Amino acid sequence: MKLHEYQAKQLLARAGIPIPEGRVATTPEEAEAAARAVGGRVAVKAQVHVGGRGKAGGIKLAGSANEAREAAGAILHMQIKGLRVRRVYVERAASVAKELYLGITLDRDRRRPVVMLSTVGGMDIEEVAASSPEKIARGWPDPLFGLLPFQARALCFDAGVPAEQRSAVADALGRLYGVYARSDAMLVEINPLFIQTDGSILAGDAKLDVDDNALFRQPELREWKEVSPDEEVEERARALGFSYVQLDGDVGIIGNGAGLVMGTLDAVRNAGGRAANFLDVGGGAKESVVKAALEIVLANAKVKSVLINIFGGITRGDEVAKGILSVIARHPPAVPLVIRLSGTEAEAGRRLLEGAPLVSRATMDEAASEAVRLAATGAEP
Amino acid sequence: MSVLLGRDTRVLVQGMGREGTFHATRMREYGTKVVAGTKPGAGGTAVEGIPVFDTVARAVDDTGANASIIFVPAPGAMDAMLEAIDAELSLVVCITEGTPVQDMVKVASVLDRSATTLIGPNCPGAITPGECKMGIMPAENFSPGPVGFVSRSGTLTYEIADALSRAGLGQTTCLGIGGDPVIGLPTPAAVRLLNEDPATEVIVIVGEIGGSAEEHAAEYMRAFGKKPAVAFIAGRSAPPGKRMGHAGAIVSGNQGTAESKVRAFEAAGIPVAGAPSEIPALVRAALGTR
Repeated sequence: MKLHEYQAKQLLARAGIPIPEGRVATTPEEAEAAARAVGGRVAVKAQVHVGGRGKAGGIKLAGSANEAREAAGAILHMQIKGLRVRRVYVERAASVAKELYLGITLDRDRRRPVVMLSTVGGMDIEEVAASSPEKIARGWPDPLFGLLPFQARALCFDAGVPAEQRSAVADALGRLYGVYARSDAMLVEINPLFIQTDGSILAGDAKLDVDDNALFRQPELREWKEVSPDEEVEERARALGFSYVQLDGDVGIIGNGAGLVMGTLDAVRNAGGRAANFLDVGGGAKESVVKAALEIVLANAKVKSVLINIFGGITRGDEVAKGILSVIARHPPAVPLVIRLSGTEAEAGRRLLEGAPLVSRATMDEAASEAVRLAATGAEP
Repeated sequence: MSVLLGRDTRVLVQGMGREGTFHATRMREYGTKVVAGTKPGAGGTAVEGIPVFDTVARAVDDTGANASIIFVPAPGAMDAMLEAIDAELSLVVCITEGTPVQDMVKVASVLDRSATTLIGPNCPGAITPGECKMGIMPAENFSPGPVGFVSRSGTLTYEIADALSRAGLGQTTCLGIGGDPVIGLPTPAAVRLLNEDPATEVIVIVGEIGGSAEEHAAEYMRAFGKKPAVAFIAGRSAPPGKRMGHAGAIVSGNQGTAESKVRAFEAAGIPVAGAPSEIPALVRAALGTR
């Protein structure tokens, strides 16, 4: 789950990291008032959950409250990578002398957090990491201890932070680690961290992604959850206990188990087709879950056939069959269904489905080929 | 012969709730020595004839349990894993789904200083067919034989084990290691165990998109492989930036793509199946070339 800049900055400020004074606004008038309250030159920044908003025109500098109103008028409701801007953050412009990069994320290979610091801040850090990795200093603190002061100092020396800012940056790193740990972050970044002309430091931008699995113990962050229109179906599916990802093909997919569903997507591709979605009903899915899953897949107008691939372990074939039958009984689907049932109670499931308007195949590959063929020919069920 | 679990494994079930109890009896039916369960506050009772203890330490003292399987829900999973490691159990399997990453890096840090092997979390568990099952997999898909099998998936593991068994290719041990970003026994370490196991004649490695565990496993086999291996990667058609069900199955940038994994295996001389159904034939061919 992603936080907005203004939310992430609240967490930084609470941890004692200096941030520019700023206000959130949802209308040009609010932005004008915010600029007046903040005073001086301000930056008006789109608050959206995508990167690259500066390049897309989502950040404007304003010399007066009037200009801030105009800037907000231009930015509010613009679309950045398909997302509508509903809020802007109006904050006092910094007087920048230098820009640093600070970031903490998971190093999967080392199974530890990795803390990164670079004096090449402000630009695309992925590019720096790829072209000149030596310009990013890295440290791997033991999560049982957190980032120790000597490790933060070593990072400052390795990255070549100017002597005058060394202790302030080391201090900020320690505080940033605290934010990372307390908020169950998958990623936290300050990019750029400004070194101002008077020598002080200031967090210019902030990014924070929270681990969805940890939201149960992050009540405040949970409140900040926002669902964009293109994530709505995925959220609805999650509420029902299964995971759904929208793709752009025409073969609807339902399966049980993430790996099996990924394998089913691949089988569809091997058969020359394209999957319309990823849908994992999870383990032990009951009739009602299967029914809801099928309804979600069929609601996608692009879907021309549906492939249901169930390998029963804790999921029972007869429960799956009942779910399918209850959907078919109420709303006969306009597209053909292809099913492959195997494992626990598969035989019972296949018996239940006898006579129903659907195609049954013995293996994943055969079922995928049939679903792709039916999608391509637009055959009637 | 097998790795990690077998006839001498004495299993403790942590979290004797509904699911824990259900699978405890299923494992016992399979022949697993299920010697104890834990449920804080229920010590001194018994469930389905299995003695229940308040703590792991007491269960170990009383029953000589040397392995544990965890069914504790995610908020308590880290605590359960640390309790099992603290009791110096040699094998811990954590079935629990949805454990926070920051809990798992702490568990990994403790694990690195211990002699415990942790499988999972968010996994189907491990099985040495005919001897011991510590997991939730449907046992009938597995059969004894010479194939060592490691997989990041759940259901796909059953599918492939079933295909192998039907083809007469039984397994030494199957390790369902889980699909989370931080797990106790990553693919390279699991492959290493199977490579060192004298009874395992061929290794089947089932990976997923995300992370670089498969690349490291391929490098290891290229340098130290004592036997042939066959691989399969799920998620070849997954788009970047979308999480495919498992928290670990996500392609970000050029990290963790199926292409990178396939290339790594091919560079190590390990054939990669295009579909799960191709795996048995590749395994038979690999056994034939020994």
